[in-house]
Amino acid sequence: MSDTFELHSSIWREEPQAENPFTAERCFAYGYDVYGDVLPKSSWPEYLLLLFTGERPTAEAAMLLEKLAIALANPGPREPSVRAAMNGGVGGSVDAASLIAALAVGAGQYGGSHEVYLLVETWNRLGADLDGWKRYLAQPNQGYREDVWSPIEHAPGFDPHGVHCAKPVLQSLTFLAEVSPGSALAWLCVHRSELEHQCGLPLAMSAVAAAAFQDLGLSGSQAIMLYLMLRLPGAAVHALEQEKLGWKRFPAYGPAIHLSDDPGALGTPDVSRFEL
Amino acid sequence: MSIEDLLAAQNRLEGALGKAFLSERVVMRGKDLHHELGKQGWLGLLVYAITGREFDEKQLRFMNFMWVATSYPDASIWPNQVASLAGTARTTPSLSLVAGLAVSEARLYGRKPDRRSMDFFQRAAAKLDQGATLEQVIDEEIAERKVIFGYGRPLARLDERVAHTLQFMAELGLDQGRHFNIALDVHRYLKGRGLSINIAAVYASVMADMGFTTEEYQLFLTLIFSAGMVPCYLDAKRRPEGGFFPVACENLVYSGVGARSW
Repeated sequence: MSDTFELHSSIWREEPQAENPFTAERCFAYGYDVYGDVLPKSSWPEYLLLLFTGERPTAEAAMLLEKLAIALANPGPREPSVRAAMNGGVGGSVDAASLIAALAVGAGQYGGSHEVYLLVETWNRLGADLDGWKRYLAQPNQGYREDVWSPIEHAPGFDPHGVHCAKPVLQSLTFLAEVSPGSALAWLCVHRSELEHQCGLPLAMSAVAAAAFQDLGLSGSQAIMLYLMLRLPGAAVHALEQEKLGWKRFPAYGPAIHLSDDPGALGTPDVSRFEL
Repeated sequence: MSIEDLLAAQNRLEGALGKAFLSERVVMRGKDLHHELGKQGWLGLLVYAITGREFDEKQLRFMNFMWVATSYPDASIWPNQVASLAGTARTTPSLSLVAGLAVSEARLYGRKPDRRSMDFFQRAAAKLDQGATLEQVIDEEIAERKVIFGYGRPLARLDERVAHTLQFMAELGLDQGRHFNIALDVHRYLKGRGLSINIAAVYASVMADMGFTTEEYQLFLTLIFSAGMVPCYLDAKRRPEGGFFPVACENLVYSGVGARSW
């Protein structure tokens, strides 16, 4: 730990204003002048990939990220992370709290970013080893050690409640494989049915995302960060929408909740003297 | 779950651990919140919510001590620094504390080592039951995992909480538990390698003696840094905005590639 109070980075450099050392005159990301050069010339996915990988991406990689961002942008209001954000919106929480709720819930292992992490790490370990993948998917918790993350409860990348692969998943996989400069998405297209048969479950969007991140050359932790970011637009707009719709049009689950261990009504104290 | 199960679960949640019958009563884990739980301390309620068990006064005093003794109001501590930055950036009180608590689920400190420390003592106890010697348990652990969570501060820098905690445990009679005594035995063994017990091992072993699982233990600890964060947030908030250890451009030390054109 440093006691010189310096921050270290190989990503970002700033040149200060002559008159104020706390205001940047120019900012550089991996050597590129962000506001003088990148801003007028780069697209958003190109800049994102520069920040994550340190290199200006190919047009194909930037296209893949842009299309992946569309595929992931809104999981829809039935999805847990979006529903969590909607719980923020409906109660009038500060807007940031709705996104924090979406990030926390969307970080999980049931369609969330940790499931994507497990898959990207496995891609990095196994690559296109089909038999290796089959062994992994049959026993995804092999070698599990105590952690804040529980053992995963289904084959990562597959929908534990699915019957057939969802059309949006198939459409995303097919299109992204066509535009991808890598081979993971294409491999997943070819072997999807075999892997689904092995797991007894249909492929899920988390597997498509993970293969795309593999094709972009990202690590598991980088994939977590991008996956969480890319899914926030849906959480944001549904939280805002729910606030406008109002609480009367949001599910009130109270009557549907039933106890198995209920002491029953024990009465209410007599406070009649307070004349409430 | 089958499609039929999912369809049924759309409109019905059976066997819930709690429910609020609004305008009437509230039930938590089979007890009426106001009639049966309302007059006990909040910490007792928290551990009841976590475990479904009630703890005696000495155990609750120890748990309370853990929370008090871990409330370090020092802005250099990472989760506290998050609260300070939240204060200097003028975000809301709740967002500040949530952010600080969220980062406490960390690898180098906080919840991950806490869980792994308890996990070690529970596995060690099981191995000892199966006839292994303590030396074998420790050596295997180090060979497999390279570290024993809860041990590591150099001997010259004994965790300042340890002495206070051990003394209080002795006063409460909580120093006879099996996992705690394994923790002490491990310390004696590792002392020869220049490692000493830190507070994570003491806490984890005592809470294991109280029957906590690792998940229950993490849930109990999740808010434990909160009291220490509050002064950090307030201290930053009472200073000019952006005034918490500001960083000049030149103190951002760059080590990447040189200037280039897009």
